[in-house]
Amino acid sequence: MKKEKIYSIWFLMPAFVIFAVFFLIPVLSSFFYSLTIWDFKTFTFCGFDNYVMFFSEPSLNTSLIHTLVYAFMTSGLKVLFAFFIALFLTSKIRTKSFIRSAVFFPNLVSAIAVGITFTTLMHPTKGIINIIIKALGGSTVNFLGDPNIALFSVIAVDVWKGVSIATVIYIAGIQSIDSTYYEAAQIDGATFWQRVWNVTLPMCAPAMDSVIILSLIGGLRCFDLIWAMTGGGPGFATDVIASVVYKQYAAGFYGLSTAGNVIMLVLISIIAFPLQHFLIKREEALS
Amino acid sequence: MNKKKKIQILVGDIVGCALAIIIFIFPFYFMFINSLKDRREANKLSIAFPTSIHWENYLDVLKNNNYQVLIAFKNSFLIMLFAVAVLIIVCSMAGYVVQRRNDKVVNIISTLVMLGLMLPPAILPTIKLLQQLHIYKTMFGIVMIEIALQTPFTLMLYRGFVASVPKELEEAGYIDGCTNFQVFFKIVFPLLKPVSATVIILDAVTIFNDFQNPLYFFNGSKNATVQLTLYNFMGQFASEYNLLFADVIIITIPMLIIFLIFNRKIVDGMVAGAVKG
Repeated sequence: MKKEKIYSIWFLMPAFVIFAVFFLIPVLSSFFYSLTIWDFKTFTFCGFDNYVMFFSEPSLNTSLIHTLVYAFMTSGLKVLFAFFIALFLTSKIRTKSFIRSAVFFPNLVSAIAVGITFTTLMHPTKGIINIIIKALGGSTVNFLGDPNIALFSVIAVDVWKGVSIATVIYIAGIQSIDSTYYEAAQIDGATFWQRVWNVTLPMCAPAMDSVIILSLIGGLRCFDLIWAMTGGGPGFATDVIASVVYKQYAAGFYGLSTAGNVIMLVLISIIAFPLQHFLIKREEALS
Repeated sequence: MNKKKKIQILVGDIVGCALAIIIFIFPFYFMFINSLKDRREANKLSIAFPTSIHWENYLDVLKNNNYQVLIAFKNSFLIMLFAVAVLIIVCSMAGYVVQRRNDKVVNIISTLVMLGLMLPPAILPTIKLLQQLHIYKTMFGIVMIEIALQTPFTLMLYRGFVASVPKELEEAGYIDGCTNFQVFFKIVFPLLKPVSATVIILDAVTIFNDFQNPLYFFNGSKNATVQLTLYNFMGQFASEYNLLFADVIIITIPMLIIFLIFNRKIVDGMVAGAVKG
């Protein structure tokens, strides 16, 4: 029997049809609707007005910068912290399965629940974090109310929630390294940190690439946690593209909202695709 | 092992556990004890033990707004159930063909689907589409959306796993006179059980915890999901932290149970999914 007949294309169709109808078609049509003023029923073509508006209005275009800061900082911190946690959890300590579980659990809790928890822990006067800061002799910080700090507070919580996935990926990468490399390094008299730098780090490059790409895309698309913790405020201090899309939708500016959606898509494409290409190239060069 | 090394490891154990408890477990402890206090005590947001324990907070939350939390639980579970069931069937079939066949048409389709791993969904055009199909704000609509959004990841997991199923088993089926449909569902699909378990857990958790899509596509007082009610509680119970925290705990319990049962499986699944991606 022919391959085409055994592995019939019809097996592929249910999944593809659902995906095409409910994902691809809306994405394609969003390019068109972003050029209009519309209300789901009628539309008026308005050229690039929505985009001009998005990039010229300060309350909107700062969301671009916030999104980039948010994505690159969460990604960078996860790449860094997760590596050391993974290094620690692949050492000879005996409580690693407990620690791994503790690190992993926040990942299963919804962003809204995490947001509520940390909003109270970060309460400007009664929050436990500020009580600790005060007890240590510092002055209290208005984590979510100060426009200069709010974005970084949410970033910290995002890292807290998401560092586990990165850690787990690193652990898998580190465990797959052949132990003969370490033995060879040890015979050559390499210290612990020399082994980490020259063996572990380059050998788990594929894991690191997964962490970078996954956390970067997650950061660029982030909505739930920011919405639960600050709702984009104070003012527009923590507005990211996804929250602008929602706000403009709630305010009835559907064209502007759709343009925001397209801008997010383009931003992710111009960052993620070349980065992935570069990382794969580098991986090939290393191996 | 020498003595110095042993002490090093012991110190590592102690410091590691202490940090893990303070950083990762403490916030949940804080939620839990404050959910048991009365209103005045909870509003102090202290970490002290409650002076008297108020389990009735949980009942109050459940009863609130005409048992809205229970209705939301029912909705969330049904969405999760339908979406995961369909995902398993359609994505296992698709992953099977994508892995086995390597021609142009299949490659184009699978590349298109994999775009969904990166690109964000276009929200307002989706609302328009759902309205045109007369399924906006219906259970069917949100289920289809969740399926479409989880398809890329689920298909990727299945595609990776199908490679480990030997083709000889399929040939034996054809010799016995099975159709390709029978071969898949009677021979191949049962062998995909391990990855199906991973898919069930990961997709169920994602869909249960989803806030953004229900917010856009399933909003309204009657047909809320647990995450939407939790978000609304935030405004409503701004000065009644005990009830707010009780709601957080109630909504987190299903995930805690899943976690305690499938801890290993989830973690392994995450790795499989992430590394192959």
